[in-house]
Amino acid sequence: MVTLTIDGQSVTVKDGTTLLDAASAAGIRVPTLCFHPDQKVKANCRICVVEVEGMKTLAPACSTPVREGMEVRTISQKVRMARKNILELIFAHHSKDCLQCDKNGTCELQAIAEEMHFDYAVRYPVEIKGDGKKDLSSPSVTRDVSKCIDCNRCFSVCNDVQTVCALSRSKRGYQTLVGPAFGKELAETVCIGCGQCVQACPVGALTVHDDRDEVWSMLDSGKEVVVQIAPAVRVTLAEALGEDPGVISTGRVITALRRLGFDKVFDTDFSADLTIMEEGTEFLNRLKNGGALPMITSCSPGWIKFCETFYPECLPHLSTCKSPQGMFGAVIKTYYAEYAAKDPEDIYSVSVMPCTAKKFEAKRPEMGRDGYRDIDAVLTVQELAKMIRYAGIDFGALREGTFDEPFGTGSGAGEIFGSTGGVMEAALRTVYEVVTGKTLENLDFTVVRGFDGVKEAAFDLGGKKVRVAVAHGLGNARKVMDAVRAGEAAYDFIEIMACPGGCIGGGGNPIRNWKKLSRRMEAVYRLDKALPIRKSHENPAVQRIYRDYLTEPNSERCHELLHTSYVDRSDIVK
Amino acid sequence: MEEVRIALRNVGEIDPVSVEEFRARGGFEGLKRALSMGPKEVIDEIIASKIRGRGGAGFPVGLKWDMVRGMEADQKYIVCNADEGEPATNKDRILMSGDPLSLMESMTIAGYAVGATKGLIYLRAEYPYLFPVLREAIEAAEQSGFLGRDILGSGFDFSVALVSGGGAYVCGEETALIESIEGKRGESRFKPPYPGAIGLYDRPTVINNVETLMNIPAILTGGAEWFRSIGTSDSSGTKLFTLCGNLNRRGIFEFPMGVSLRDLIFDVGEGVCGGELLAVQLGGGSGPILNADQIDVGLEIDHMGPHGIALGAGGVMVINDSHDILDIVENTMEFFADESCGKCTPCREGTIQLLRLLRKIKSGRGRVSDLENLEELAEVMTMASLCGLGQSSPIPLISALKNFNEEFVSILEGRCAPW
Repeated sequence: MVTLTIDGQSVTVKDGTTLLDAASAAGIRVPTLCFHPDQKVKANCRICVVEVEGMKTLAPACSTPVREGMEVRTISQKVRMARKNILELIFAHHSKDCLQCDKNGTCELQAIAEEMHFDYAVRYPVEIKGDGKKDLSSPSVTRDVSKCIDCNRCFSVCNDVQTVCALSRSKRGYQTLVGPAFGKELAETVCIGCGQCVQACPVGALTVHDDRDEVWSMLDSGKEVVVQIAPAVRVTLAEALGEDPGVISTGRVITALRRLGFDKVFDTDFSADLTIMEEGTEFLNRLKNGGALPMITSCSPGWIKFCETFYPECLPHLSTCKSPQGMFGAVIKTYYAEYAAKDPEDIYSVSVMPCTAKKFEAKRPEMGRDGYRDIDAVLTVQELAKMIRYAGIDFGALREGTFDEPFGTGSGAGEIFGSTGGVMEAALRTVYEVVTGKTLENLDFTVVRGFDGVKEAAFDLGGKKVRVAVAHGLGNARKVMDAVRAGEAAYDFIEIMACPGGCIGGGGNPIRNWKKLSRRMEAVYRLDKALPIRKSHENPAVQRIYRDYLTEPNSERCHELLHTSYVDRSDIVK
Repeated sequence: MEEVRIALRNVGEIDPVSVEEFRARGGFEGLKRALSMGPKEVIDEIIASKIRGRGGAGFPVGLKWDMVRGMEADQKYIVCNADEGEPATNKDRILMSGDPLSLMESMTIAGYAVGATKGLIYLRAEYPYLFPVLREAIEAAEQSGFLGRDILGSGFDFSVALVSGGGAYVCGEETALIESIEGKRGESRFKPPYPGAIGLYDRPTVINNVETLMNIPAILTGGAEWFRSIGTSDSSGTKLFTLCGNLNRRGIFEFPMGVSLRDLIFDVGEGVCGGELLAVQLGGGSGPILNADQIDVGLEIDHMGPHGIALGAGGVMVINDSHDILDIVENTMEFFADESCGKCTPCREGTIQLLRLLRKIKSGRGRVSDLENLEELAEVMTMASLCGLGQSSPIPLISALKNFNEEFVSILEGRCAPW
């Protein structure tokens, strides 16, 4: 243990603690910009500099380890002068349109400026970074370099955590740019649209591609506008509207969507259950008939594009199942259209997702038929929260609504799709009962839950040992996939989610860190536990659609509607 | 004035890549002596010599080595910083082209002392003609058993590899240099941790400048006491000076630490050409700019003295009075605005704003407040930048403001506008 003094307060912390954490232990919050609790320390913004007795220069609190007897001042005259100048230097090279900015009100730079009483004129001529053009090329992420403060948080998550490396740094000094190499637009890069950079950006340089305007206009169009909401949405939307992380708001989301003018509100849990029926059957077929193993889940569109780009030779390992969004999209424009006696042309299908990559998925040519799209628009949790605020809806005061028929609600198995390990657990619940014909006693496969990067387990399915792995975050996926590609992966079934934590960590959620993520995860399993039906094959709406329309899992019609194919996108990295 | 040639001992005297000629002048004797001692004894000898780094920061070499020696690791590295990018310095080029075998010998000694088996020379990209020379020297040393496996039957293995620099000034900064070797963008890392603990490929790494290393064999053959007897109590040994600019005689010269700047200019350099002495920039691009009244000073590593002088890399750029000091400062500040790597805010944004403020003042449109702002920004950059580049880049400007105050004030007051 090390004892030091910070702003006159004695504090004792573990050896190796940074001054930032030591200050926090002393009840002092030092301002930060490039620091992110889930990332490596970068120490480049210098806004957190503090004064250490005996040191000639100021020390960045985020990277400086404590020493015994250190005397630290976090608000000395020198520190205040340095921070003021640094902030001023940033503002001299930063777009000033706070009022039009997507991050207005949630921007970390804005918050620091307010805290630091930045009420004076910048002493330098203000210039805007880059060419002033927004990069709207990606259906998932919008990049506005004029807001970039070169903190490198996006670079860190894209390269170190996700290992996608769509973002790099070019030029140097004042011309330094963080963004795609060679001045390309995001859509021309290996970007897989996961939106983790959006989660990492402290300012408005990287934001969710905004589709609100189109949806607003469709709500008044006379078409039937239906909406599905993904499992993770119900545990993150309340947070996006200022409530605590992990607050469950399923019923209120439904009511809010109705108030906004959506005609029908459906539960993506239904198609998550459908996914389990299809994927579980596919897996058993592969086991029995010698298909490509390990089979890998295909629910996460960021992961799909990652696999298509970096592991094209592994595409046969991917389940051919569409994601729950994709399945629901096809079901809405066919089964539901028949049910409601509507022309698919007259149905506008929206999905609310925790995910920015779903925006890309919805635009894939595979996701449509007969000239229309299965999903017409994808809104992220962030966008829906803004629409609710725009409409002046008091979210806290809403009554609980229920989902519309004919899909009703989903099972607990569908519910846990929102968390890493959820798809695997849901599949195991169904596959076990299908294979063994016995009722599963303990539904909780806790070994595949939690935040470990790669989770491994083996289960006995009626005498057959099935080895599974669960990876979340594409850096972890890469480790697993390198083994698969090398033929060294001793697994039969792998779940991969592009985002850390799974969908609850998706790029379209409110900005988060690990702490918030664990609260969201707890909520997911709370939801599952509370539901009367916790197995996909017991969902009555699922049973009905097979009986009335799809016949049986993996039938010809299922293949036509619920399964898909993949594209080798590796040219870009060759 | 008579030179004292330690680092330059073989330069011009031998065929640079001839092991025979090198050995005839005592080459590899330092290595032999080192191998006959224990690694700790070698380090003790280096510590006792009080030799400090010649790259600019002046860190005691023995302490650096001792730190790395004390680290547990599966691999350690010796990196030779040959990215000589400091404007107005040229010494390492001369050393490497004239006596590359000494560099191999020194790196091997360092490797033996700290327990490293791999050495890398990070060679400035603008010195491509040195690649074949160094490569030949490596091969010659290998063929004669002074590099490679089981050196001189000692059981100690050491290899040296060449790495081309990335062409950026910042890569002379040791942590940016490491990043560059690792194939990354040349940007400084924050310290601590220091490279001695977490360096190249996250392994303990000794990084020494070429000139520093060239002294090592001489210390082992001549002894620490002899080495300490040269120079000053604070800075032992000799220093290479690059005399350049408006001098009658320019070149690389080696003198004991403490040598008078006046003597370097008027004796060694044979005086100022093309006019009278206006200014001297000492140390290199990031060094202070002195006026003609400030040259009566002995040069050693961190002689703070009345004028706040630091020796840096040993550049002595002499400027005659046909120049305007503001032109000189502007040129230097352009250099830093161009060479800032862009990682940390104060340097990335500050270097350009310093330059703009300076240009505003220079154009005659400046106000007294601009001068104050400039001083404040310079202070913040010095205090808050991530690495030595940002921290020292305001030095030429700040020193010029102080040492040529009249020029700045007269422009601000509109008394003369010769531009």
